[in-house]
Amino acid sequence: MAEHPAVAAHHQFDDLEQQLDASTLGMWVFLVTEIMFFGGLFTAYAVYRSAYPEAFAEGSHHLDLTLGGLNTVVLIGSSLTMALAVRCAQLGSNRGAANYMIATLILGLVFLVVKAFEYHHKYVEGLIPGPNFVFDSPHARHIELMFCFYFAMTGMHALHMVVGAGLLIYFILQARANRYSPEYYGPVEVMGLYWHFVDIVWIFLFPLLYLIGHR
Amino acid sequence: MSTVSEPIAGTKVHYLNADYGIKSWLLTTDHKRIALLYLAGITFFFFIGGAFAVLMRLELVTPQGDMMQPETYNKMFTMHGVMMIFFFLIPSIPAVLGNFLVPMMIGARDLAFPKINLLSWYIAMIGGAFTLYAVVAGGVDTGWTFYTPYSSTYSNTHVIATAVGVFISGFSSILTGLNFIVTIHKMRAPGMTWFRLPLFIWAHYATSIIQVLGTPVVAITILLVGLERGFNIGIFDPELGGDPILFQHLFWFYSHPAVYIMILPGMGVISELVTCFARKKIFGYAFVAGSSVAIAVLGFLVWGHHMFVSGQSVYSGMVFSVLSFLVAIPSAIKVFNWTATLYKGSIVYMTPMLYAFGFIGLFTIGGLTGLFLATLAVDVHVHDTYFVVAHFHYIMVGGAIMAYLGGIHYWWPKISGKLYPEGWARLSAGILFIGFNLTFFPQFILGYLGMPRRYHAYPEEFQVLNVMSSAGASILGVGYLIPMIYLVWSMRYGRPSPPNPWGSAGLEWKTPSPPPTFNFDKTPVITEDPYIYSHDEEVEVG
Ligand SMILES: [Cu+2]
Repeated sequence: MAEHPAVAAHHQFDDLEQQLDASTLGMWVFLVTEIMFFGGLFTAYAVYRSAYPEAFAEGSHHLDLTLGGLNTVVLIGSSLTMALAVRCAQLGSNRGAANYMIATLILGLVFLVVKAFEYHHKYVEGLIPGPNFVFDSPHARHIELMFCFYFAMTGMHALHMVVGAGLLIYFILQARANRYSPEYYGPVEVMGLYWHFVDIVWIFLFPLLYLIGHR
Repeated sequence: MSTVSEPIAGTKVHYLNADYGIKSWLLTTDHKRIALLYLAGITFFFFIGGAFAVLMRLELVTPQGDMMQPETYNKMFTMHGVMMIFFFLIPSIPAVLGNFLVPMMIGARDLAFPKINLLSWYIAMIGGAFTLYAVVAGGVDTGWTFYTPYSSTYSNTHVIATAVGVFISGFSSILTGLNFIVTIHKMRAPGMTWFRLPLFIWAHYATSIIQVLGTPVVAITILLVGLERGFNIGIFDPELGGDPILFQHLFWFYSHPAVYIMILPGMGVISELVTCFARKKIFGYAFVAGSSVAIAVLGFLVWGHHMFVSGQSVYSGMVFSVLSFLVAIPSAIKVFNWTATLYKGSIVYMTPMLYAFGFIGLFTIGGLTGLFLATLAVDVHVHDTYFVVAHFHYIMVGGAIMAYLGGIHYWWPKISGKLYPEGWARLSAGILFIGFNLTFFPQFILGYLGMPRRYHAYPEEFQVLNVMSSAGASILGVGYLIPMIYLVWSMRYGRPSPPNPWGSAGLEWKTPSPPPTFNFDKTPVITEDPYIYSHDEEVEVG
């Protein structure tokens, strides 16, 4: 197999199978830490949303449902292309893996650009928490709190997208250098786990932030 | 592995002489070398944190606030706590002894992710650098607990730099825990079943679970405080309807389990020391192993005992009180099992064993006084007094640091290949024990009599006890300096150690001291339980 140079396991492992097992478990444990990280935010969100339900609903109406919905579709699409990239890597098609990861990267960037537009709208409307926050409502202060959550949660999520995009670039270059084979595809699979996790976080964020009080 | 320079003819190649030069250390992926990098780093942070304690005890010699302003004193106890907890105690045993020993005890060549291991050291040092910057730039005065809204709004000190430092160092802790979990699951040598694992490994496994589950929560909490200070993201801001008590919940959700990050690895060390120097199999292996996991799980359910007087509801106070009593059970199981192991053992009073005895006694006092504090009514009386200060120093200094030093002495021949001077070591263990008790026992009485913590001045009638405490602290300081000097000395001048100077049954002793880079010349196959000792096997050196 000339196109797949033989890959040796790292020195601490006995074979590639042990190496893949270890790196997969490592990523799962890392994702558990991520769940706890976002879990802190979700907990705080739950506390305040139950304390100020009207304010959260009112604030939610000022989020752009169309753009949020578009981004949800974009991210689910990117999860599909990522899963296809993993499949290609497992089958030894470096070209397929690279192309699907490029598609994933593009979709991820689309998401970030749309998010940036949304942030800009919020800035124009004076919905950035702080001294310049303007909102004409008896709940104005609690709505400001709701927007604190909006920016903290979506900001943290976007940060994870940026990291994911950086990682994707690295793995695309690796796939283009024909690094992967049916024996050695672990890194792409682990990358996939991370990407799906970041998508799932959005799947929770979207209804919790955009869909409150809509019927 | 990179290029290996030629060893000097006649000497055996091991991890210390396999490669030379500063680069071979700073870019190493060998878990044993990274352990030594951690040892150097955290010793530095320990002495910085200690310096603040010295200044505090100096101020407290007299009842008047005559040495420093109250604001300065606030900075002293804050920086003492931040340095000691986040940069010394949390990494201490796991990152030094755990890093060195986890792969060796399970018969692996290295941790599962050696590069991530090195990365975790750099992260810890970068976090330390941020915090040191905050110290040098003028300090921080929120207390190590960063309570809002003081930390987020009112304090005029370097909260953000400190918070960034603590936030960053948290990732080092997470990565260490992640590495241990994967290593213990996937890298065990043939025949090393879960119930043949040394108790040190069980303790580190439980610790890693806490690090992985708890640290991210404090990370996001500290981050939110930083965002509130810097960018008006006022999640805990009462003006927007935010709840400062929520901060306390999130903070203690990590910071109570963090106590077990500090003490569980110490318990693992003690299990190794007690069996080796009593020449006996551990009494109740499964219970000692299981109690580590039980502590990790229960430890996550008791955080509210820090908030009995913070305005949480009486009913949650009652639940947290009961749960806090429950967590004492697995700790007590360990103490009883160690004691039962000693019973009819052939006890050898070498330095590591002296530390183990110190640990068992002091941890018991610290643990039992913890039950006082878990009792709602008593806590209202002694909350935020020196009683609490004494209690947690018995756990963290009397427990965790005694275990750390005991472990450092026990494994020193393995780490350095040299024997430490036993006479000096016993002397300093004695000095430490006396200094420790003189420092902290009077604080129980002070707290019971009503002296609040975190004040730079106090009524005259408390002076005698405070002078005792300060005198004890100076003895304690000497007790820390002596081992530091003779251990460094022994690296160069100490007698060479045989592979297994203590006649220990542990797997890590079945390879040369110091070990070769990949720990074992060939992967060991494990055929028996741990702690197989017979009474007639003698300690080789003495
Ligand atoms: Cu606690």
